[in-house]
Amino acid sequence: MKALVDPNKCTACGVCEEVCPASAITLAATMAQVSDDCTLCGMCVDTCEFGAISLPEVGTGPMANLADYRGVWVYAEWREGVLHRVGSELLGAGRKLADKRGVELSAVVLGHCLDGIGEQLLPYGADRVLLVDRPELAHFTDEAYSGALRELVRRERPEILLAGATAIGRSFIPRVAAGLGTGLTADCTELDISAEGLLLQTRPAFGGNVMATIVCPHRRPQMATVRPKVMKPTVDPRGGRIEPVEPPPECLQSRVEVLEVIPERDATARLTEADVIVSGGRGLKKAENFALLEQLAQLMNGAVGASRGAVEEGWIDPSHQVGQTGRTVAPTLYLAVGLSGAIQHVVGMQGSQIIVAVNKDPNAPIFDVASYGVRADLFEFIPAFIRKLKQEQGG
Amino acid sequence: MHIVVCIKQVPDTKNVRIDPDTHTLVRQGVESIINPFDLFAAEAALRLKDRHGAKITVITMGPPQAETALREVMARGVDEAVLLSDRAFAGSDTWATATALAAAVKKLNPVDLVICGKQAIDGDTAQVGPEMATFLDFPQAACVKSLDLADQHHLQITRQTDEGTEVWKLPLPALITVVKDVGEPRVPSIKHKLRAKKAAIPVWGAADLELAPEQVGLAGSFTQVVRVFSPPRRSDRILLEGDATQQAEQLYDLLKAAKVPGI
Ligand SMILES: Cc1cc2nc3c(=O)[nH]c(=O)nc-3n(C[C@H](O)[C@H](O)[C@H](O)COP(=O)(O)OP(=O)(O)OC[C@H]3O[C@@H](n4cnc5c(N)ncnc54)[C@H](O)[C@@H]3O)c2cc1C
Ligand SMILES: Cc1cc2nc3c(=O)[nH]c(=O)nc-3n(C[C@H](O)[C@H](O)[C@H](O)COP(=O)(O)OP(=O)(O)OC[C@H]3O[C@@H](n4cnc5c(N)ncnc54)[C@H](O)[C@@H]3O)c2cc1C
Ligand code: SF4
Ligand code: SF4
Repeated sequence: MKALVDPNKCTACGVCEEVCPASAITLAATMAQVSDDCTLCGMCVDTCEFGAISLPEVGTGPMANLADYRGVWVYAEWREGVLHRVGSELLGAGRKLADKRGVELSAVVLGHCLDGIGEQLLPYGADRVLLVDRPELAHFTDEAYSGALRELVRRERPEILLAGATAIGRSFIPRVAAGLGTGLTADCTELDISAEGLLLQTRPAFGGNVMATIVCPHRRPQMATVRPKVMKPTVDPRGGRIEPVEPPPECLQSRVEVLEVIPERDATARLTEADVIVSGGRGLKKAENFALLEQLAQLMNGAVGASRGAVEEGWIDPSHQVGQTGRTVAPTLYLAVGLSGAIQHVVGMQGSQIIVAVNKDPNAPIFDVASYGVRADLFEFIPAFIRKLKQEQGG
Repeated sequence: MHIVVCIKQVPDTKNVRIDPDTHTLVRQGVESIINPFDLFAAEAALRLKDRHGAKITVITMGPPQAETALREVMARGVDEAVLLSDRAFAGSDTWATATALAAAVKKLNPVDLVICGKQAIDGDTAQVGPEMATFLDFPQAACVKSLDLADQHHLQITRQTDEGTEVWKLPLPALITVVKDVGEPRVPSIKHKLRAKKAAIPVWGAADLELAPEQVGLAGSFTQVVRVFSPPRRSDRILLEGDATQQAEQLYDLLKAAKVPGI
């Protein structure tokens, strides 16, 4: 199988030839030709302005009876006693989908000692909250969590299931999808639904250099993990109901033994959760100067990140590294200070809503991805910005 | 102990850059590298082998060229390699990829431990490992930072979570995905390089894995990419003027207007 070119539409313009990463496209006299090297990556499809290229259809095999599946579900993540805010964000997104489909929106919580937890979710637009309150779920393990969620889906057959693309969601949701025999789209940043009820799941890939829209035409539920902090919670109380559910114990079994859970409440270690991140690079010159960034981060209740450059110099612990081999972060504000913006760094932070670059080199690539560029010596700008913040916060 | 390491060949992101004006992908030749996390997966296996002795088999599903990646990993001390390559595998989503890889692990049985990278830097889904574990009915642990055998039949691991870390004990056979903290990948040695160069690497297609053509590749996939496009250009790119104090004031006002929490 390979990409298909419609000879009636192709004008032999050659644009697709350049984008194909597999060099599978060559230009014949009247049309583009695709060789067996095609990996069906889909890159060429959207670049053809004449709509001449398409990919063959996916997924044969027994088709799920699509009409049997109804309703939108959100997995509301509960960790060691608290709900993660991605749950209310997903209810905001799920509400829109449910309204377009004219179906119910349900939240599912898995955990233990869940008194009062359902009530915390109802204001965000849920028609009902399903609670599975079991000692086996007190600590997260992939097997027990996926077993429980899979069982609920089998019983109730929702058409859509959304979960946060958190460490937990990205770990056990694939196990749910694989066990159910359905597709799963990772780390979505945009969701929409077609008239036929097909979930249009848009996500970054290739480290954010490319966006892809993905569908799951023949299987249900349509499953996606969604990046935290992208969707907005909406307060929309509907007098929803709370339903406790008891899956059979065999669904809650886990072969993993959780020996220890070590939370690092230290703001600096909680990079992925922070709304504001101040990151430093080699431009900081020495370890002591990270204190400047600490101070700034603290003023904004944020966390400190770093480039690999700074980590390699030994100025800061590797746990702070952002990028391809570090953490992927997407805060509301990312302040990149004295770091050049190497692609391996950028892939870890370009999902941030606002990026500010502070660099003295006007050609530093970090400016290409910055919302606000500050061309300055960081040792002048950062103290000035700290002064300004203190002045505003004090007054 | 038999450990299987899964590696993927990916385009080198060094060669992928966003054109600041058109905001399209600029590629300067497409070079392939081994997914960085997968080198850590191989290192984790090699360290277990150093401590306890083990046989390590590295596998990849990809085009025939992916064989170079396998030899590169063998040059670091991995014992054997298998290439999963078949035209029928093209267009696999994570489900179809995991189906083929799990079938290969079954064929390599007995296997005590499967090690994957945390995620591949191109597809970026982090789904292949957990899906494979499901097909193999193995317990799993994602984002493992350190590992060792607790006893002959158990692995003890420390894993990274959003909150901190957790220590788990898993019975073998199991599957883990690893992050860079497991240890810096060693450099290839001359001895292993020579061995890797000469090693025969079997190539298995769908039929060798006893998978029907409709179970693999695009045909065996449930998700379909319907559109690929460049991310929208940041329309709000602004360069702040003036001296440091003026720039600080402008930035403060912009962030305040954008309602950034903490400002
Ligand atoms: C496989 C692989 C994986 C990698 N993974 C990562 C990763 O996860 N994360 C990561 O960050 N990198 C990663 N890298 C490394 C990456 O390629 C870069 O080398 C690294 O990010 C550079 O760090 P830097 O920006 O701090 O240093 P530099 O590139 O040296 O940049 C320093 C910047 O500071 C500026 N500067 C200097 N003094 C001042 C001043 N007084 N005021 C203002 N600006 C100043 C300079 O203009 C310069 O732009 C990886 C590389 C490889 C090959
Ligand atoms: C733009 C784009 C978006 C996509 N989005 C999705 C999506 O949302 N859902 C989906 O199901 N598919 C998606 N795919 C398809 C997916 O990228 C492929 O299935 C790919 O083969 C595996 O996924 P990954 O690269 O995300 O690997 P990951 O799951 O991130 O890889 C994790 C680990 O699994 C192992 N591994 C992965 N692939 C191989 C391999 N071929 N051989 C050996 N070991 C391997 C490695 O150890 C690796 O470190 C997408 C493809 C493209 C081009
Ligand atoms: S981009 Fe479209 S029209 Fe141009 S050569 Fe390719 S298929 Fe033909
Ligand atoms: S689908 Fe990808 S590999 Fe195939 S021709 Fe198009 S760009 Fe090339």
